[in-house]
Amino acid sequence: MAEQHTIWSFHGGLHLDDHKEESNQRPVQDLPLPRRLILPLQQHIGQSAEPVVVVGESVKKGQIVARAPDYVSAPIHAPTSGRVLEIEAMPIAHPSGLSDTCIVIEPDGNDAWDELPEPMTEFTAQSAADLRERIRWAGIVGMGGAAFPTAVKVNTGGQTGIDTLVINAAECEPYITCDDVLMRERADDVIDGAAIFRHLIGARQCLIGIEDNKPEAASALRQAISDKGDRETEVVVVPTRYPSGGEKQLIRLLTGREVPSNGLPAGIGVLCQNVATAVAVADAVLRGRPLIDRIVTLSGQGVRQPGNFRVALGTPVDFLIAQAGGYSDQAQQLLLGGPMMGFGLHTDQVPVTKAANCVLALSAAEAPEPPSERPCIRCGECVQVCPAQLLPQQMFWHARAHDFDRIQEYHLFDCIECGCCAYVCPANIPLVHYYRYAKTEIWTQERDREKSDLARRRHEARQARLERLEQERKSRLRKKKEALDKKSGGGADDAKKAAIQAAMQRVAEKKATQQAESQTSDSD
Amino acid sequence: MIAAILTIAALATVFGLILGYSAIRFRVEGDPIADQVDALLPQTQCGQCSFAGCRPYAEAIAAGEAEINRCPPGGEATMIALAELLGRDPVPLEDEEAAEKPKSVAYIVEDECIGCTLCIQACPVDAILGAAKQMHTVIIDECTGCELCLPPCPVECIHMHPLEATPETWKWPFPEHGTAEATNG
Repeated sequence: MAEQHTIWSFHGGLHLDDHKEESNQRPVQDLPLPRRLILPLQQHIGQSAEPVVVVGESVKKGQIVARAPDYVSAPIHAPTSGRVLEIEAMPIAHPSGLSDTCIVIEPDGNDAWDELPEPMTEFTAQSAADLRERIRWAGIVGMGGAAFPTAVKVNTGGQTGIDTLVINAAECEPYITCDDVLMRERADDVIDGAAIFRHLIGARQCLIGIEDNKPEAASALRQAISDKGDRETEVVVVPTRYPSGGEKQLIRLLTGREVPSNGLPAGIGVLCQNVATAVAVADAVLRGRPLIDRIVTLSGQGVRQPGNFRVALGTPVDFLIAQAGGYSDQAQQLLLGGPMMGFGLHTDQVPVTKAANCVLALSAAEAPEPPSERPCIRCGECVQVCPAQLLPQQMFWHARAHDFDRIQEYHLFDCIECGCCAYVCPANIPLVHYYRYAKTEIWTQERDREKSDLARRRHEARQARLERLEQERKSRLRKKKEALDKKSGGGADDAKKAAIQAAMQRVAEKKATQQAESQTSDSD
Repeated sequence: MIAAILTIAALATVFGLILGYSAIRFRVEGDPIADQVDALLPQTQCGQCSFAGCRPYAEAIAAGEAEINRCPPGGEATMIALAELLGRDPVPLEDEEAAEKPKSVAYIVEDECIGCTLCIQACPVDAILGAAKQMHTVIIDECTGCELCLPPCPVECIHMHPLEATPETWKWPFPEHGTAEATNG
């Protein structure tokens, strides 16, 4: 710990008013259980979980209520014991304000645990596959906001060469302090979680990146490291500059390596995990506990008692706010996530999910109405601040023109939606909104293309089948006819033909005479 | 003079042979332009273009026999993509009304279904499951919303249900809070 770790820098970024002290002055408060817990089946990236309980069933705390049907998915556990009230579509925390299927549990007040798996205290003796299976069972996803299933992220597929584990403790977005207080309270678990990750991927060193506005958390971590005598783990304090907590930005800050476009950190020998995820992993491995609660920051001038709360997953936001003294008179806007990357909630009836790190009730002063958009003056401010080194004004141009091919040439999908460009734009252009619009349009087009390919294949298969059936029918008829011809060959056949010939002649004669008669009567 | 004529004639013969040989040797089966056009069409197989499916329409476009604006399910996006591919000028859609219809899938009211199999025979993508005198049902994920199953149904038990956005398929709307003069011209 003697020598100072080299700190690199990333392009762009902003220094923002951090508003951390509103919520990090008090220890974490345990929130009581609400009347109903609402567990959305989709709390992670990937396939929705599948319910394995039925309405009316009694569940125990920590019991799996929805399983992961696919590799990229995560199971969901009951946060307390109780009864399944319903499995219905309910409003969820999503920018669309739409509803999705949720399991609603009514707590019975006993908080009785289900039987839990054995703790793996000697995790270094465990195989990587067993540890991954445990992480997968615990339903752990990236808790910094991305919600990508952790068991999938740590599966390097036997690929060696990941030498560095980066623990993301930067927490760069204003207002949010849930990781800060978590590190102060559970520094030991952060270090244990990091050690488990390091064992899993075979990394040589672990770097914990933390912004210099969290000195208490940094010293708690250092204390825990020296208590454990962990020589491979190092706390690296980085300057406070948004978005240093972006995965690619933090990796750049700590290692000087750059994650290539369309690439993953694993490609450059790095795995990055959030601190809260590390703690959840420590809980799962060392205590056999699934992910059923998390710390949520509640802040903004719109709430009476901002702070950090340990919240059972599925707790409705309105209950959380009511427990924190309710809304103040200034409450104007409700956000999930931070002020830069969060999104507006349409209602406060939505539940807290695994990736929900912050709920903000902002006043009009904190979140003024966006002034109206003016034409781009091509000042280039956005280019200066873009941490992904993109050309925001060019992407804006093509998004406006709905030109989705061109916008991808400008690497739209490298945009991390940090909001720096829109923050500095003197023309008040909601740039990130344009990029989100373009991204979802492109995803829709891709889905449509997949669907049309499927339809084409099915249509072609059907055409081929119909043709084959027709061929078969024809050949069957032909065979039948041939067989008939063979059977009835010879004199009898000739007689038949002669009879038909004679009959046709009779008809023709009859017609001719009829025609002649009608002609004569017409001419009369 | 004679030498020049002979040289040119000899060259022409040689190149003619080369071209003739390559025409046979490197012959491409099918029509690559029709394939490209077909790849852009939405494959609903609905026949609203008056052709018997997407492939015949693609072949007609490739042969220059059909306009590019006759695909209502594809809408303007498909028309523009086709115009770009073929170097033609974009033309307004023939049937704007049909193009504005929301995406739908067929839904069979199972209580009313008599199990006649007529809709199964009409479905171009085999998206209806059932058998004679057995209840039929639509496989939503396979249905293209072509509506070809509606007319044959003798009891009119098939309805079109618009596909509703889910959080997964939801799209961010185009930013509207801009002022009219924000043209960036």
